[in-house]
Amino acid sequence: MAAVSDARRVLEVRDIRTRFHTQDGVVHAVNGISFDLDEGELLGVVGESGSGKSVTMMSLLKLLPMPPAEIVSGRALLEGENLIALDVERLRRVRGAHVGFIFQDPMTSLNPVLTVGYQITEPLRVHLGMNRAAARRRAVELLELVGIPMAASRLNDFPHQFSGGMRQRVMIAIALACEPRVLIADEPTTALDVTIQAQILDLVKRLRRELGMAIIWITHDLGVVAGLADRVMVMYGGLVVERARVNELYARPRHPYTRGLLRTLPRLDGTRSERLESIAGQPPNLAQAPAACPFAPRCGHAFERCWKENPLLEAVAEGHEVACWLDPETGAARAA
Amino acid sequence: MSTDSAPPLLAVEKLTKHFPIMQGVFRRQVGTVKAVDGLDFEIRERETLGLVGESGCGKSTAGRVILRLYAATAGRIVFRGTDITALEGEALRRMRPRMQMIFQDPQDSLNPRMTVGTIIGEPLLEHGAEGKRALQARVEELLESVGLDPGFTNRYPHEFSGGQRQRIGVARALALNPEFIVCDEPIAALDVSIQAQVVNLLEDLQERLGLTYLFISHDLSMIRHIADRVAVMYLGKIVELATSDVLYREPLHPYTRALLSAVPIHDPELESHRERIILSGDVPSPADPPSGCRFSTRCPMAAPECREREPEWRELRPGHRVACHFAE
Ligand SMILES: Nc1ncnc2c1ncn2[C@@H]1O[C@H](COP(=O)(O)OP(=O)(O)OP(=O)(O)O)[C@@H](O)[C@H]1O
Ligand SMILES: Nc1ncnc2c1ncn2[C@@H]1O[C@H](COP(=O)(O)OP(=O)(O)OP(=O)(O)O)[C@@H](O)[C@H]1O
Ligand code: SF4
Ligand SMILES: [Mg+2]
Ligand SMILES: [Mg+2]
Repeated sequence: MAAVSDARRVLEVRDIRTRFHTQDGVVHAVNGISFDLDEGELLGVVGESGSGKSVTMMSLLKLLPMPPAEIVSGRALLEGENLIALDVERLRRVRGAHVGFIFQDPMTSLNPVLTVGYQITEPLRVHLGMNRAAARRRAVELLELVGIPMAASRLNDFPHQFSGGMRQRVMIAIALACEPRVLIADEPTTALDVTIQAQILDLVKRLRRELGMAIIWITHDLGVVAGLADRVMVMYGGLVVERARVNELYARPRHPYTRGLLRTLPRLDGTRSERLESIAGQPPNLAQAPAACPFAPRCGHAFERCWKENPLLEAVAEGHEVACWLDPETGAARAA
Repeated sequence: MSTDSAPPLLAVEKLTKHFPIMQGVFRRQVGTVKAVDGLDFEIRERETLGLVGESGCGKSTAGRVILRLYAATAGRIVFRGTDITALEGEALRRMRPRMQMIFQDPQDSLNPRMTVGTIIGEPLLEHGAEGKRALQARVEELLESVGLDPGFTNRYPHEFSGGQRQRIGVARALALNPEFIVCDEPIAALDVSIQAQVVNLLEDLQERLGLTYLFISHDLSMIRHIADRVAVMYLGKIVELATSDVLYREPLHPYTRALLSAVPIHDPELESHRERIILSGDVPSPADPPSGCRFSTRCPMAAPECREREPEWRELRPGHRVACHFAE
């Protein structure tokens, strides 16, 4: 990777709002999400199930079924081009060539009736105009890059002939095929065993060094993010509630949800806790767009204002933003 | 052999469960899945024994064989001094209430068409509960003991959150006053913020009711928190067993070491200079396990003899057992 003094912005996302129209009413899944991504940066996205991690990223590329999904507002500028305004044809090209997406479940995104070789060479031929032989050579390189043994002999195999960990590697190879500017990985290791997860994380760290891609890594595992990310964005109820550089976030979490989350986790090292701290209550109901702080019903620090107004993200330190009505200096309720 | 002199609540000896692999129109047996292949351990009264290992290593099968939900292929299960391996009929029926199970997915294990009251009351009826009033009172008491509103008896499972549904599963398991509960990944389907609630509940109940747990999980940090002793499984065998403190501080088996080093820690400072043991390849199939030591195909320490001779299950230090030729 060439040394870049001033990191260049590759992706600029502003005010994404997405909802679903279901039989039981509207689900306000994403309620105004903005973030930036620089070249070579790895942004970790954490938050509990249903907090809107997948829907946010799928909205950027319009990968959601519409209806029931509706993207109510937002822009996603990839090197200046607004993806959300693109027509279907142009968007398909962007998806294949400039943004790689690794989905939560590899089996739903790999086509079971096509060989792995076909699935890797297809984007190379369509988007990069390679001929058959060149595309196959490149496919073998890619499979070797992600650590599939005897790659050349496996091109004609079907997805079910690979183990879970290997399928995830194949997914990574496909996502990398056209050397995208941005790689979005949605819980790519959640379904894998820890020793296999360690293999994949090791691979991703190596690929980052070698290819210098910008990566968005979605997970609910705060351990995975700690070892991988440059910056972390914490989501709750379809909103970003905290964002900071990784060391800062773990050393000085500010949002009561982030704090609670970090405290609730048992540790593999250090002293063994007698009793786990827990966050009381249930995840938020998304039937209404948030008019107050979505964490208020579970927050031990909530005061009057939290129930009336939704706090916006505000900088509390260099590169550290928090959406909370507590005073960033004292941690107590704000005067006004 | 154990440092504790009290007789164990449960002991298994050479416990084995093989599943036949059938194929073709005539369902001929073409192979055998050696899901559980000779386990030796005991569980002491009021303790939590953690059982960890990767997907498919045989944890759930072990739990089910112990509870007699599957018949053992070989070996013995001794519960409070009685061999229960071959119990049948009325004797087995009388045994059942004393041992219960809590399942991974609260969604799948609760009948969606039954009310919470019926779900929890069912085992009581089956095992001859008193009258209707007494039954209702017991159900309410159970709901209260797991931290749910006793007024919820007429609601259906879908009206509850995941964490609440898991509490219902716990209440049902408690209905017949069991002594021993196999908790099979009871928190794996729950959100991190909810997991602690359920784990705390299980710990409180253990304390209050004197329960003994076999706690199955692949979450090594949670196992460290909840278990008194931990057994590590690989391909149908236990490779190491020690107290939680000792196992995490001083793992002796190369697999345990790799497993622990692979768990991400939520501390960027530590993560940035942690040594990882990256194992190559995948876990082999239990239908065709490697000869000698089953870990030999992935073990960074493997020597030729590991492929030839199966390591003995040795007690290397008091209470610390390991199956590796080179552990010392
Ligand atoms: N097709 C759909 N129809 C209706 N609601 C949906 C649909 N897809 C997602 N949702 C809802 O949108 C919200 C956000 O979902 P999303 O998948 O983004 O969560 P997530 O943070 O990725 O969670 P997880 O960690 O479980 O993957 C959830 O409440 C979910 O139920
Ligand atoms: N009823 C069955 N019939 C045939 N094979 C089975 C059966 N139950 C389990 N197996 C096989 O036995 C092995 C052990 O399975 P088991 O479910 O005990 O693993 P586990 O350690 O609980 O895994 P996980 O962590 O994924 O739950 C696997 O190879 C599995 O496919
Ligand atoms: S016996 Fe050999 S192969 Fe098995 S774990 Fe020990 S060193 Fe590794
Ligand atoms: Mg998701
Ligand atoms: Mg299991």
